Amino acid sequence: MLKIAVCAKQVPDTDIPPSQFKVDEDGLQVVPPVGVPPIVNGFDMNAVEAALRLRDAGVECEIVIFSVGTAFALDVMKKPLAIGADRLVLVDDETSESLDALGTARVLAAAIEQDGGADLVLAGRQASDWDQAHVPIMLSELMSAPLVTLVRNLTISAGSDSFEVERVAEGGFQRIECPMPAVMTVTNELGEARYANLRGIMAATRKRPETMTIADLGIGDVANDGKLAMTRLFVPMSDSNVEFVEGEDEADSGRLLALKLREAKLI
Amino acid sequence: MSDHVLIVGEVVEGRLHPTVRQLVNAAGRVADASEMTLCLAVDGSFDDSCLEGVSVGEVILLEHSDAISDGVGGVYSLLTALACDAMERLSPSVVLVAKTDAGAVVSARIAARFGAGLASDCIDLALNAEGRVAVTRPVHGGNALAVYEFTGNGLQVVSVRQGAFEEANNVGEMPEVERVDVSGIGVEAGVPVLVETVVEESEGIPLEQADVVVSGGRGLGGPEPFENLRELCGLLNAALGASRAACDAGWIDHSHQVGLTGKSISPTTYITVGISGASQHMAGCSSARNIVAIDKDREANIFSHARYGVVGDWAKVLPAFTAAVAELD
Repeated sequence: MLKIAVCAKQVPDTDIPPSQFKVDEDGLQVVPPVGVPPIVNGFDMNAVEAALRLRDAGVECEIVIFSVGTAFALDVMKKPLAIGADRLVLVDDETSESLDALGTARVLAAAIEQDGGADLVLAGRQASDWDQAHVPIMLSELMSAPLVTLVRNLTISAGSDSFEVERVAEGGFQRIECPMPAVMTVTNELGEARYANLRGIMAATRKRPETMTIADLGIGDVANDGKLAMTRLFVPMSDSNVEFVEGEDEADSGRLLALKLREAKLI
Repeated sequence: MSDHVLIVGEVVEGRLHPTVRQLVNAAGRVADASEMTLCLAVDGSFDDSCLEGVSVGEVILLEHSDAISDGVGGVYSLLTALACDAMERLSPSVVLVAKTDAGAVVSARIAARFGAGLASDCIDLALNAEGRVAVTRPVHGGNALAVYEFTGNGLQVVSVRQGAFEEANNVGEMPEVERVDVSGIGVEAGVPVLVETVVEESEGIPLEQADVVVSGGRGLGGPEPFENLRELCGLLNAALGASRAACDAGWIDHSHQVGLTGKSISPTTYITVGISGASQHMAGCSSARNIVAIDKDREANIFSHARYGVVGDWAKVLPAFTAAVAELD
């Protein structure tokens, strides 16, 4: 049976309008808007979907979600379970906030190793909070496993011991054959994660995450290994000087806009 | 401490990638302030006369029998190996890479191998009082900017956002060139195998080159309205774009996606219809000179970036706009 590890990160909801995005400049932290729950990073959900599609195609597999963080919203982190993932492993540690990407990759590598390893490690192409896209690449280095980035389609032929992958490339895509075990990053071109049905949600409610701390992994003090320090975090000012074109009705506004743009030589 | 800033450059289709000259300008922020020597390491498989105006102290042309920019699987094994080779030669204190598909991977791989600090997708850099690199990078999809400073004494790896710096071109200057045969360097075993590269015919004018771009978003509500946008594109000789939400909904192919993880555009005129202007979308059109927005929500973020706007239902505004455009001579 194929073991698939999917790395998933809890991030602030990206659907909040920029006007509601606030930071605490002194605390160098993002202040989540009140009442808006976090989400599982969207690209990581694409990665969960990639794993589920392998199962749909008849590949016998166990799908385990791994996440490093703290203050987890359990109902949010259980979303991958609700759509078909088998288990959830949370490395819940207050010091995870100070991990850099290499530190996070070390923690993930150790957690996956402690869980018996994996034939395939999937992750989103990047996380929508810090937009770095470092962790999966570093994970492949630490695991000495081949890496394929920006995967938009993933299959395994019957009886084959390698993956058939399509990855997004400039102006088209590459068809790739990748040996096992491998690390891959998934992009939104693969397709959105499926919706959970009631049965899935009920099953996920009953499942308990397996939780541990960084110390439980026996990899020493990775949290203070940072080589970079954030010294400033701020929301850039936007110089809004929009001219609203308003006619007698909406159609008239459209007509006037065309004239306005021609006058300004913009079309 | 070493006195080198190393730029790892890319060659694409036998040409120096435009980001190399951008990196030269970016590196100047660090090297000029500290009197460090700027060195460029790049695949030597191109005509080196195109190095004119690349004002660096030294260029190392790495000569290899295989295609160095080969990004099979997005792994860039050879480029990574060659970057590591140049790093071992020079022991630089700063390594600069462009945040291209290749650079994003290479920078993370070398940082992991050398246990270095890594700041990626930076739009500005400088030296702090301790002589360490300080960078500015957009975070949270561009909703915020963060300044990071390297601490300690270790290697500093920085990837720089494409287009964030002008291209250096000091006419008449020719850098000193050293050719190094690195054919002995191989790639690690077990890398993915490229079966084929498929070029997908993109419909209409390429987004990156268009002077006018018309994009549709979630507010359009379905795939049909993109036909209206195609008609408008035809009249304006414009390229057709879309927000990620519209692409993910399957209303239009992902090759049209504009944004942080889609295409970056720089048209004179960017017309958006039914796009609220999430920061992730704005990251792909920050170089557009004039944004014109049609959206039903007056409070939408797109209007804080737009020069002209119409608040209204696109289904009423767009047909009248298109008809009026058709009548312009």
